[in-house]
Amino acid sequence: MASVVEQAPPRASLIYDPRVRGFFFQGVLVLLIGWMAYEAVSNAIENLRAARIASGFGFLQQPAGFDINQTFIEYSAAASTYGDALIVGLLNTLLVAAIGIVLATIIGFAAGIARLSKNFILAKVASAYVEIIRNLPLLLQLLFWYNAVLSSLPAARDAIQLAPGFYLSVRGLSLPAAVFDGRAVLILVAFVVGIVGSFLVRRWAKARQAATGEQFPIGLTTLGLVVGFPVLAWLLLTLTGGTPITFDVPVQGRFNLTGGSQLFPEFVALVLGLAIYTGAFIAEVVRAGILAVSRGQTEAASSLGLKPGQTMRFVVIPQAMRVIVPPLTSQYLNLTKNSSLAVAIGYPDLVQVFMGTVLNQTGQAVEVVAITMIVYLTISLVTSFFMNIYNQRIALVER
Amino acid sequence: MTVMTPQRSFVRTASVEALPPPRSVAGPVAWMKENLFSGPINTVVTVLMAWFLLWLIPPILDYLFFEAVWTGEDGSACREDTTGREVGACWAFVIDRINYFLYGSYPIDLRWRPNLFFLVLAVGIVWMLWLDAPRRGLGAIYFFLVVPIVSYWLLAGFPAIGLRNVPTGVWGGILVTIVVSAVGIVISLPVGVLLALGRRSRLPIVRLVCVIVIEFTRGVPLITVLFMANTMLPLFLSQGITVDRLVRPLIGVAFFASAYMAEVVRGGLQAIPKGQYEGAMSLGLSYPKMMYFIILPQALRIVIPGIVNTFIGLFKDTTLVSIVGIFDLIRTIESSRLDPVWAAPSVNYSGYAFAGIFYFLCCWGMSWYSQSVERRLAASEKR
Repeated sequence: MASVVEQAPPRASLIYDPRVRGFFFQGVLVLLIGWMAYEAVSNAIENLRAARIASGFGFLQQPAGFDINQTFIEYSAAASTYGDALIVGLLNTLLVAAIGIVLATIIGFAAGIARLSKNFILAKVASAYVEIIRNLPLLLQLLFWYNAVLSSLPAARDAIQLAPGFYLSVRGLSLPAAVFDGRAVLILVAFVVGIVGSFLVRRWAKARQAATGEQFPIGLTTLGLVVGFPVLAWLLLTLTGGTPITFDVPVQGRFNLTGGSQLFPEFVALVLGLAIYTGAFIAEVVRAGILAVSRGQTEAASSLGLKPGQTMRFVVIPQAMRVIVPPLTSQYLNLTKNSSLAVAIGYPDLVQVFMGTVLNQTGQAVEVVAITMIVYLTISLVTSFFMNIYNQRIALVER
Repeated sequence: MTVMTPQRSFVRTASVEALPPPRSVAGPVAWMKENLFSGPINTVVTVLMAWFLLWLIPPILDYLFFEAVWTGEDGSACREDTTGREVGACWAFVIDRINYFLYGSYPIDLRWRPNLFFLVLAVGIVWMLWLDAPRRGLGAIYFFLVVPIVSYWLLAGFPAIGLRNVPTGVWGGILVTIVVSAVGIVISLPVGVLLALGRRSRLPIVRLVCVIVIEFTRGVPLITVLFMANTMLPLFLSQGITVDRLVRPLIGVAFFASAYMAEVVRGGLQAIPKGQYEGAMSLGLSYPKMMYFIILPQALRIVIPGIVNTFIGLFKDTTLVSIVGIFDLIRTIESSRLDPVWAAPSVNYSGYAFAGIFYFLCCWGMSWYSQSVERRLAASEKR
């Protein structure tokens, strides 16, 4: 009879042990990366010494010595440093990204919903827009807007008048600038009061509807409060002592447009190109989100007696947003990153100012590239952080 | 106590007359009523859109075809003051420069080499994309191994067999656009798969390295990666080693596309049910065998549309190499349109229109392919 033999676990060679193998592979990887980093750093030090290029971040305090045409902070070629140039470029990037995101969202939602419209022509026009724009490189579109469209606009003295006070010319878009005097603060106060008031009304109306089922025209009231209060304040101020807001309207002179404020053509082309390009992608995101809400939801809402508008607002859109928000976030990030194509048309954004001019002047490639990349990474992380918070707020609450 | 129940029921005694049939439910008129004029708002939208199309389409057609200039020697053929009529697209300019747009400054007597390269590449692409093609395994070897080597010999030269060297500095136009995208595609797919596998690995250091590489690359714009490849790559190599001007952006583009590809492939890996992994392991397959024979074929199949979308993005992104000084299609157009010989306002638009048509056809073809694959995959899922 076979006796039960105490069996030792099978002894295999160490090279077949997955744990040993894991350690081995990771060790090799660490060594490889360490070797590459060592080689890169030592070569870089060697090369920089040979080319007599300084290293370190001291250059940020050195005078920049070049001009930038669009600046939000005090900046001049003589008095400002490379550090100031970095901030100017960053602010310009953020401005383009912010305006571009707002415009692209509006265009994208409009086109995405239009693509699902029952109206045949509207749906086809929206599809054509999405298909054409998505299949063309952004750089080509930017060059088209800047070199072909905006540069063939008439000179400033024959500028096209879009609306009274709005002039489009080869120098960009001239538009009225609002000039406020001291009392205009009251209008702002009235505006804030209107917003707070509409919040209170909304809370009261919601509570009342929950208790009694009676509805209250919240939308109209909000509009009235938010718009009405400032208008009332403006009227009162105007009646008591002259208008508090005056507009500095651009005037078309014999040779030039004077007054008003000016948007540079580079800025107009970049915002236009980015908004139209990203809008096409957002349209697809929106369409997919709405289609992801099953038909049963719409039918159930109709059978409960909700009107089409209410169905959209209370049933379809809240559910579609859950699908829409994550890809929408990545579209916003794409737009921000794509704003770096400004370098192709000469808009002074972060890449153009810092990676272009500053890099050429100082030659400190490592520091400049590192700073630029860190700035973009930070923007990406911050944007996705806030979109994640929003996403959590609207996410499905499960038991 | 008796309860009086009020008479509430009502029974009809006479039959109602039948309603007339609906006027029409089929045919073009009914269709228009349903889709274009179903209500006042809809009617307004239809009218507005029709007006918009009438405002937009005829000028575009006029520009592209009816008023276009097809023949001419220089800019005067495309100017209003010399021709005396409205001038649309200046196709004469595009035709005159078509060889420059195709090959850049590639030596004229050697242009059969890029042509042969296009052919070799086209065979590889068709072999890979045609899902029912014979011997697709051989096709993969051809595409990922034979095509790169033969293309390199053809384009850069191989003096041993009589192909003289052509420096990359004279390459240009569509040739460079195709080279950059082809290299990006050939490198990014395998590297992306490796990065994706690394990201889902059990080994913490491997995972960490892959996550850092992927997230870092996806967080910065491509143009900064290209600048980095252009300015920092020479710094990191020891003196004496120089990297070709064209190779630097190639590395940047391939690196960038790999990170995006990795995320697409990871999506596919995550979609494979755990049972597939467990089944493979219970059969005693090692990790490489499990991945190669069981997991990757299924995962890659699911994400073919995503892979093609990444290729489309990559193809469009190759235009960015023009910013770092490579003569791709965009750059050749930019330099030609400023040529004083062809000084005419219409030339600006014509160059961009040509590039637009080229990029649109390529990208649209790719997305058409990805959609047809998607339909095919969906059909296999249906029961």
